[in-house]
Amino acid sequence: MSNGQEFIKNYKQGSDYAHGFVTDIETIDVPKGLSKEVVHFISKQKKEPKWMLDWRLKAFDRLQSMKEPDWQKPKYPKINYQDLYYYSAPKSLADQPKSLDDIDPEIRKTYEKLGIPLLEQKKLAGIAVDAVFDSVSVATTFKDKLNEIGVIFCSISEATREHPELVKKYLGSVIPMSDHFFATLNSAVFTDGSFVYIPPGVRCPMELSTYFRINASNTGQFERTLIIADKGSYVSYLEGCTAPMRDENQLHAANVELVALDDAEIKYSTVQNWYPGDKEGNGGIYNFVTKRGACRGKNSKISWTQVETGSAITWKYPSCILQGDNSQGEFYSVAITNNYQKADTGTKMIHLGKNTRSKIISKGISAGHADNTYRGLVSIHPKATGAKNYTQCDSLLVGNKCGAHTIPYIENKNSTSEIEHEATTSKISDDQLFYCRQRGLNQEEAVSLIVNGFCKEVLQQLPMEFAVEAQKLVGISLEGSVG
Amino acid sequence: MIDIKNLRASVDDKEILKGLNLKIGKGEVHAIMGPNGSGKSTLSYVLSGKEGYNVEGEIKFNKKNLLELNAEERAREGIFLAFQYPIEIPGVFTNNFLRTSLNSVRKANGKAELNAIDFLKIVKEKAKELNIGEEMLSRPLNVGFSGGEKKRNEILQMSLLEPSFVVMDETDSGLDIDALKIVSNGVNSLRDPERSFLIITHYQRLLNYIKPDFVHVLSDGKIVKTGDWKLALDLEDEGYGQFIN
Repeated sequence: MSNGQEFIKNYKQGSDYAHGFVTDIETIDVPKGLSKEVVHFISKQKKEPKWMLDWRLKAFDRLQSMKEPDWQKPKYPKINYQDLYYYSAPKSLADQPKSLDDIDPEIRKTYEKLGIPLLEQKKLAGIAVDAVFDSVSVATTFKDKLNEIGVIFCSISEATREHPELVKKYLGSVIPMSDHFFATLNSAVFTDGSFVYIPPGVRCPMELSTYFRINASNTGQFERTLIIADKGSYVSYLEGCTAPMRDENQLHAANVELVALDDAEIKYSTVQNWYPGDKEGNGGIYNFVTKRGACRGKNSKISWTQVETGSAITWKYPSCILQGDNSQGEFYSVAITNNYQKADTGTKMIHLGKNTRSKIISKGISAGHADNTYRGLVSIHPKATGAKNYTQCDSLLVGNKCGAHTIPYIENKNSTSEIEHEATTSKISDDQLFYCRQRGLNQEEAVSLIVNGFCKEVLQQLPMEFAVEAQKLVGISLEGSVG
Repeated sequence: MIDIKNLRASVDDKEILKGLNLKIGKGEVHAIMGPNGSGKSTLSYVLSGKEGYNVEGEIKFNKKNLLELNAEERAREGIFLAFQYPIEIPGVFTNNFLRTSLNSVRKANGKAELNAIDFLKIVKEKAKELNIGEEMLSRPLNVGFSGGEKKRNEILQMSLLEPSFVVMDETDSGLDIDALKIVSNGVNSLRDPERSFLIITHYQRLLNYIKPDFVHVLSDGKIVKTGDWKLALDLEDEGYGQFIN
């Protein structure tokens, strides 16, 4: 079995979400609600330098005058931010494990159940993993090996202590601290996530990946990830997410910032499979995430690929700021909503530099009572001469109680640009299903085959060993959606 | 092989098949001819298990009650429908579709599934036998295929799945002479003492190439006349008028 298969082996959801279990461990007592004290508490837990605490407090102050946005299509009941916990960490980690072998066996078991071995002897060859459990990173594999070639791959908490010059320089440089409510909230209370730095001219020899797990109840997860590709470097990064089945909705509000300098390339892939809620729409994760990449250098490239199958509500727009001349941004997305899931997702491509190019391929699949919206912005600024964009938005409906919407915004301030937009909406027809069934496929195999054909262009963008398993996940996510 | 007794089928209270009886033995080739609206396509759908029809009567297939099986179960039992209008599925390569289909049928019959390499060998061989270009395999299923290519693809699927009972629903419609020859040669090469055919057609033309053992005339949901292949020639001369009230 390949590494990729190991990694996403048990990715299931819907009628039988395979990751719905809860790990029973002792956690540290944390004050409830959102306050300066909580910000201090988190910073202290992370043993952060003072500048980091000050930065968080500044964000906290800004937050006081900000309002939650409400322009999105999926509405949700008001979140009581004073009723949430902002930090949850296993007690056994309070003294930080010294090596991978010191990890709490319960947590280790959790990751093994998820198909992600953290022990040295069982590690996935060719893939380095950072495992984040609630608010803390519990293990990062292959760290030393990567270090030998100058690649830094560690938790963001560790980076604030070990690599303050890099964190200071780049944190908040792509998503400004006061960008919007959730970004600011994250800046004040972010807990853990990954930090990656690829030095000039280095092509990172292995896939880097982070595996996020929400375990504690009533707790928000505030992931913060920062990836910097220095001049002429390359990195491919993949994140995966799961959570237990719970009746209540849980908030995951992440900030992910990418910076690509001259001639550098970052490929960022997401396989998001947070708990989607039950068939009646109870529970599930609110996945409100800000992801933004800056192509800061000339000829740089950032490519986002996302396969969004989980969460009760997915609300995110992984974007590219194309600052450097000849820089390129790509966004490949498959968003699947089934039962009562909702998604409002897309991208923003901001063309600032000359001859910048962007490509958007979005495939939205809606089944059951679900509602799926593509929302995207292509903005070409006056100095971006020769900029080009190609956008393709396809929606596929399964059944007749679901919805699909496409809301593209195009702002063009340069007469030399070329912008193309194509959109289609189609339905899996009874005739297609009958044709497949007449050839021996059952209903679910038929839906899976048709949907995989529909989103093939996007799945092909995933690192090879994950693509096959993502195809299976696509099929599983739609189980029970027909008939 | 197949025994149809007093078969009635209706859609939204409109009766289309009105008590049809037909018996097809092992290795026999039967043709059903009839005017537009006589129920020919409905018969092919009811035999292959398409949903949306209210069906009464009895269909015995190798002693099994066919009406109790759903479409995929019938396919796995060996029933194959060559579609009048093969369906397009964008993004799904013909290769991949054929392999998924063949493996579903193999699995249901307790045979090992084929891996991509073994499958490719078999499918290429079959395509060559049937004079079908390989490049068709690496295109999305039926998307942008000409009428002739779609029908040839149906014949290729038939030869891969090796069904025991084949229903061909106006496979000749929209084919030029060359395509008609390729399709008929394909069917003839698949004739076998263990395999039966039901060929549904408007025209006698196809029956010049595929010679049936029996010809039936379907009119207003019933078989009104049965004969040997000469009946088809008579029909060509005289038309269906004599059977329509």
